[in-house]
Amino acid sequence: MNAIAPVGISPSAFLDRGDVKGNAARLRAADYLRTVGLPRAGVEAWKYTSLRALADVPFAAARRDVDAGAVDTLLAEVETISGLGAGASRAVFVNGRFDAGRSRLPQGVRVAAFDPAAEMRDGIDPAGDVTTALNTVLADDGLALVVPAGVDAGCLLLVSIGLAGEDAPVSFHPQHRIVVEEGGRLAVLDAAVGRGYYLHNPLYDITVQEGGYLSHARIQAEGKKALHLAVSHARVASRGVYDSFTLTLGASLSRHEVHAGLNAAGASVHVNGAQLLAGHQHGDLTSVITHGAPDCISRQTVKNVLADHARGVFQGKIHVERIAQKTDGYQMNQALLLSDTAEIDAKPELEIYADDVKCSHGATVGALDDDQLFYLRSRGIPGEAARSILIRAFLHDVVDQIDDARLKDSLNLAVEAWWKREVA
Amino acid sequence: MSKQFVSINGLCARIDDGEAHKEILRGVDLEIPAGEVHAIMGPNGSGKSTLSYVLAGREDYEVTGGTATFKGQDLLALEPEERAALGLFLAFQTPVELPGVNNANFLRTAVNAVRRARGMDELDAVAFLKAVRKETKHLSMSDEMLKRNVNVGFSGGEKKRNEVLQMRMLQPSFAILDETDSGLDIDALRIVAEGVNSLRSPDFSALVITHHQRLLDYIVPDRIHVMAKGRIIHSGGPELARQLEAQGYAQFLSEAA
Repeated sequence: MNAIAPVGISPSAFLDRGDVKGNAARLRAADYLRTVGLPRAGVEAWKYTSLRALADVPFAAARRDVDAGAVDTLLAEVETISGLGAGASRAVFVNGRFDAGRSRLPQGVRVAAFDPAAEMRDGIDPAGDVTTALNTVLADDGLALVVPAGVDAGCLLLVSIGLAGEDAPVSFHPQHRIVVEEGGRLAVLDAAVGRGYYLHNPLYDITVQEGGYLSHARIQAEGKKALHLAVSHARVASRGVYDSFTLTLGASLSRHEVHAGLNAAGASVHVNGAQLLAGHQHGDLTSVITHGAPDCISRQTVKNVLADHARGVFQGKIHVERIAQKTDGYQMNQALLLSDTAEIDAKPELEIYADDVKCSHGATVGALDDDQLFYLRSRGIPGEAARSILIRAFLHDVVDQIDDARLKDSLNLAVEAWWKREVA
Repeated sequence: MSKQFVSINGLCARIDDGEAHKEILRGVDLEIPAGEVHAIMGPNGSGKSTLSYVLAGREDYEVTGGTATFKGQDLLALEPEERAALGLFLAFQTPVELPGVNNANFLRTAVNAVRRARGMDELDAVAFLKAVRKETKHLSMSDEMLKRNVNVGFSGGEKKRNEVLQMRMLQPSFAILDETDSGLDIDALRIVAEGVNSLRSPDFSALVITHHQRLLDYIVPDRIHVMAKGRIIHSGGPELARQLEAQGYAQFLSEAA
């Protein structure tokens, strides 16, 4: 490798770990990281989020021998916040490793062991972005699941549990591949929790084939000291639907980047989310939705509730290729600032090369409405309860966008639990 | 002298209008004994709505002088929710829309908050529903309106009925109706008036703010006060409504000037 210093922060903590092995994609991803480094804020794709927090931190590979009691406690926490109890299908990952003993996979699906030599599918560039590259270099486990054609595989709870010491930082980089074949259906409730100082860097490689349906709701409730860098690559075929939602509650620094490609006529994608942040938390939802075929629909509503010194970032790009006539795109980003020191940075980008499209976007930022607060209080509802009602009302219509009733209930429970813990 | 139920003496209030202060109430004196319904009439900008907001505890207004007591308590020292618990209710001239807040949930939260503060047991879901259904029937409101978000997409008349529904459910002992008649057709007006009249008792008082004599045909007040330029400038019996309707405010305004 040449001796040019990277523009960003040195990724050597990850690249010198000695567990980089393998195929061309990994080598390319490692080269890319060496060249660009981990971004500081200011690079266009990372305009408002810096990975400074990763500088000089000696992240080690996560331990496999973890405290079983702590795992069970955190698993019970997931069951509580999701409302999906012991009866539900689930795939449990502990520090990025599949835990067969605690997992119960749904009927009717095909599951393969993770193959570190397998190339990622076409359309994912291992050196396309930092989050993907970092995962590509270090991935050593993940869920590889196929819902066969015509099968409704029900609801799967995908759990990530991170366990680390407070001053012995570790990282794990699971790579999940989910394929829903023609006419298949699956709902995934994806919950990430943990304790200690760790970096969780999952990649989701998602394919929805013709007429397939995948609902994917994420509850990011990582530990307070955790860092969370997730990336989803979704490709949706004709009449297929990928309904995604990210609820960001935890971690000191988090980013979820979604790259969604609508590659055949009549495909739909929903890239919705909510960030509820307090203290000094920083949360970033970034998405790139590419309309690569005519008659596709994309829907995006992202809401932010920011208290204290929290900072929320929303970057949403909708790219409409010349061929993608009759595109129907909608994007809305709203923020509710609960303090004078909270901050939201929003960057919508519409890049449209077709001439017969419907693409709308909007953004609002505001505080709680005084008229509404007074109205509630004049009816005898105390100030704190009145604020709580208005914040939940603000979030209500975004959680309501989730099609799958089970996932919607889980998300509402998670919001409620967050509310009780952080505010009430 | 009997102890007054609602007693307002020399009440002054202003609003911060950017840099400047704007004096709106300039010494309001008003006594409402228990069991009486009083009306306030007056030209636009006379301070009628401000008086209702100040009594209900809206923070935009700064009270600069005077007192207001209700059941012997210093009303101005209480939070809005404490005033509601004490028995004050303001029916808004423009009821506020609450997107994302279910009307039935809102109402139950309010009823139970007030009941708790008054030392009463909370209503469970079944008891609440039973109570609210009885009221909606009286007000000719559909159950559908309970399922919708508070005031969102309601017509003017529906909003006013929703205010009266809240009033009935919260069982206040002092209700202020701020131009509740505006935007109502005659049937809705009659229903709203019945909602108020049915609460009339020796322990219930009301202050009805209106532009028109029409409402006072249905809610016949014990006293009528004329308000102008932030003060009560004339008071009289119910017959005053017709006099004002026929002759306007001019004579009182010139007397007060």
